[in-house]
Amino acid sequence: MNSVPKHQREPSPLDYLTTKKDEFVGWARKFSLFPYPFVTACCAMEFMAVSSTPYDTDRFGAALPRFSPRQSDLLMVVGTINHKQAPVLRRVYEQMCEPKWVIAFGACATSGGFYQNYAALAGIDKIIPVDLYIPGCPPRPEMVIDGIMKLQDRIAHDRHPIFTEKF
Amino acid sequence: MAGGVFERIAARWGAEALEAATEHGLFALLLDPAQLAAVARSLKTEFGFDMLLDITAVDWPERAPRFDVVYHFYSTTDFVRVRLKTRVPLEAPSVDSLVALYNSARFQERECHEMYGIEFRGNGDLRPILLYEGFVGHPLRKDYPKHREQPLVPYLK
Repeated sequence: MNSVPKHQREPSPLDYLTTKKDEFVGWARKFSLFPYPFVTACCAMEFMAVSSTPYDTDRFGAALPRFSPRQSDLLMVVGTINHKQAPVLRRVYEQMCEPKWVIAFGACATSGGFYQNYAALAGIDKIIPVDLYIPGCPPRPEMVIDGIMKLQDRIAHDRHPIFTEKF
Repeated sequence: MAGGVFERIAARWGAEALEAATEHGLFALLLDPAQLAAVARSLKTEFGFDMLLDITAVDWPERAPRFDVVYHFYSTTDFVRVRLKTRVPLEAPSVDSLVALYNSARFQERECHEMYGIEFRGNGDLRPILLYEGFVGHPLRKDYPKHREQPLVPYLK
């Protein structure tokens, strides 16, 4: 019963770790992406394929979709956006809390794809800022995984200010 | 084929129609706009065409009555289709509504109205379905500019 409490033991070599704040926050954030799937068109099939077991975005900490923009930090725009939907997309983006990232998934979200007409928005970057574009019609799962890893790299090496002009 | 229903329609309306022919297994009638409602009523009540499949239009920018308004009917007793076509000019692109005969005409006429600007006399609710309020013009007309955009959200710089 006279054993020494854990917190009073001699320190072992790995009890403390020094790192930089941005690296630490970036490391934490890059593995806890909560995607909001804004899925409008046929790219959805590829989104399901990449989300489920054969490819499994959970390996990258980006699997659990949140269907409320307030709980998510990665907006995945999957499919064609038309002018009638554009106000909805804009509002969903505005409702997401900082920090947030946007992926344009597939040719239509990136540029309108082959829908260059009265109805389609020629690229979501005309109305919201986009961090990463994944080309393809639809993109292969490998390309999506590559895109997610590139975004994670970017988050890991980004600045993560605790206080911003918005907060 | 078709239990002779095409022949019976031809006997009833063939003489009054501008053109009447069997094309690709369906019977097609080209009509004067004034005849349209009467022929549609006859198709429904006398010949059993109880389903209105489609209302659409075709734009012929070079032609004098510029638009074709096209109707497709289906008979669930004879399992055949009939097409009615009528021509309307750009200055007065209006035909009689079929809402009184077929409820499904309500939405199909709305769509035809927003895409081609065809007026359907008697349909009191011609608000856009696929387009949004404030959209100017009729995008499926051939003279609608291909790249004209009418965005609802202002573009970022």
